[in-house]
Amino acid sequence: MPPVLQGILTIVIGVGGCIGYFYASNLILDKVIFPAKGPKAGRNINRANQVRPWLFLFPAMFALGLYLAYPVVGSFYRSLFDRSGANFIGLGNYADLFSEAGFRTAVFNNLLWVLFVPAAATFFGLLIAQLTDRLSWGNIAKSLIFMPMAISFVGASLIWRFVYSANPDIGIINAIRDSMGLVALDPLQVRFWNNFFLMFILIWIQTGFAMVILSAALRGIPEETIEAAIIDGANPFQVFFKIKVPQIMGTILVVWTTITILVLKVFDIVYTMTGGNFGTHILPSYMMTYMFRDDGRATAVAFVIMILVLPVMIWNIRQARQEMR
Amino acid sequence: MADLKLTDVEKAYGEVKVLSDINLDIKKGELIVFVGPSGCGKSTLLRMIAGLEKITGGTLEIDDMVVNDIPPSQRGIAMVFQSYALYPHMTVRDNMSFALKIAKKSKAEIDEAVERAAEILQLGPYLDRLPKALSGGQRQRVAIGRSIVRDPKVYLFDEPLSNLDAALRVATRIEIAKLKESMPNSTMIYVTHDQVEAMTLATRIVVLAGGGIAQVGTPLELYERPNGEFVAQFIGSPAMNLLAGEVVQTGQQTRIRLDGGGTALANIPTTDADQGLKVNLGVRPEDLIATDGDDYLYQGEVDLLEALGELTVLYFKPESPGAPPILAKLGGIHTDLKGRSVKLKADPSKIHLFHNKISLLYR
Repeated sequence: MPPVLQGILTIVIGVGGCIGYFYASNLILDKVIFPAKGPKAGRNINRANQVRPWLFLFPAMFALGLYLAYPVVGSFYRSLFDRSGANFIGLGNYADLFSEAGFRTAVFNNLLWVLFVPAAATFFGLLIAQLTDRLSWGNIAKSLIFMPMAISFVGASLIWRFVYSANPDIGIINAIRDSMGLVALDPLQVRFWNNFFLMFILIWIQTGFAMVILSAALRGIPEETIEAAIIDGANPFQVFFKIKVPQIMGTILVVWTTITILVLKVFDIVYTMTGGNFGTHILPSYMMTYMFRDDGRATAVAFVIMILVLPVMIWNIRQARQEMR
Repeated sequence: MADLKLTDVEKAYGEVKVLSDINLDIKKGELIVFVGPSGCGKSTLLRMIAGLEKITGGTLEIDDMVVNDIPPSQRGIAMVFQSYALYPHMTVRDNMSFALKIAKKSKAEIDEAVERAAEILQLGPYLDRLPKALSGGQRQRVAIGRSIVRDPKVYLFDEPLSNLDAALRVATRIEIAKLKESMPNSTMIYVTHDQVEAMTLATRIVVLAGGGIAQVGTPLELYERPNGEFVAQFIGSPAMNLLAGEVVQTGQQTRIRLDGGGTALANIPTTDADQGLKVNLGVRPEDLIATDGDDYLYQGEVDLLEALGELTVLYFKPESPGAPPILAKLGGIHTDLKGRSVKLKADPSKIHLFHNKISLLYR
């Protein structure tokens, strides 16, 4: 079967299936279970209307349950078994993890990422949003800064491999060192600092995201409050930090936490750039080293990541809901 | 507490001049109201005085000092915005003390100023609330309070009441009038498009139209002696009626024969040269009186009638469809007049005459 036909068929089956489901389920509810006739017609209509929302919610809840809730429980169950998957070892995998130096490095690096990347991306995003606000070429600048958002993490990593290249004819860092008469070195092998070189790639990508959201938020500030502050004698810095930033604090926090969640999940950059060598592992890349070799251990790491993300996630959703109100 | 002097002030955006030849002397303690139709530049002029808009020509002096290039905060002005412009993340107290904190005043001084303003505006119980927990009227009071604490030379109000509902608007208007009374030395400039606000609050009204000043005067001066058709029709509601006619008798009093057939005598002196002059006769709806005599000014059929109890507004059928109808306001209830032909006259002292849109009094 040619792929086009296959695609069309999928759409037809999918859409038709949805229509069929809603039509048939409502029909059964109204005609068979609670028929709107006979002595109890009124009560039946009320009951049918109480059930109806659940008919519409069911497909989404089913899909979420199957693809989200079940895997969480399943992963946790798997993490209680050893590498063969046959022997139950309780929390053994977790105990092993915490006693391992590699895991501790990954947690420490992850902490650095979580502290540094969202802060830097939000800061630069806010700075650029403010600086480009009144410029005639501000929109062009913003488009350029937003562009890395469209590049996959692997693609971005490949670009930055050139920047960090040990060859002074390719890498800019070594080109600068070379011009100063210093010996070429591989920045990605400089312990500790190499983490920041990797983080910088993600900051480069995420600044555009922060900038776009914060730029919209800055535009949403009532102009009069700024004018009132100017009349009150505030200088541009005071207007920015005491009037503008507090008014968009909610948005700043949403951007911050959204990037935080992303940071806790990102693994491609580390995987492509260093493969976790030279002390650059973070939890997701560390998990990758166990995947398919020791699934018990890998799922245990996955669970640790989930527990770390969860509070940020809950807080983020709450904040976003408040913003919407 | 300052004199303001505007000399040949103009505002241009590129090639387009939106305001020009603005000459105005404002004395210490006056409450000046800028009125005018939408887009006449009244808010722009206020914002130029505030320093939020650049003055592109002429000079603005506050207390004999040219302040064209002095930033807003150093002009000694405070401004109350239409949308209140409260800082939403600060409590009422912080909103009011922001300017003083920026100016690095001492804590005691700030507290005292805030307490005093809160007392004047009865904001005491709300000092620790955020603006979103206040009603519209309270918010506007906070905005006014924010001005008071700075003890400015000039208060600027940019349509401060237009976001309030009708009842609150009247109450807040009276509060502003009282505030002005309690600070007789402070100069205030107030922008509005609401005539009642202008008439009740102003020491003097500045009517702006077409990018310039149409007339400056006390509220009653503008009502009684408008210098042209624009001010005549802009001040007073419903607007003044205009009827075309020509001068048939000159002297200390002038007799006009109207194109509609009526005649009128006006207490406006004319010379022999004015004989036959084409004029527009202006008469306010409230100055028209129903008459049975032959000496009438206007005769027409009552097309529509609004009985308000204390008075009745008559709308006469226009000569040609689409022409503005003649209106008359009669005291009392006259619902029986609908559809009837009515003759109207007016006292000679209430008649205005315009030639080429300019009042004969101001030739």
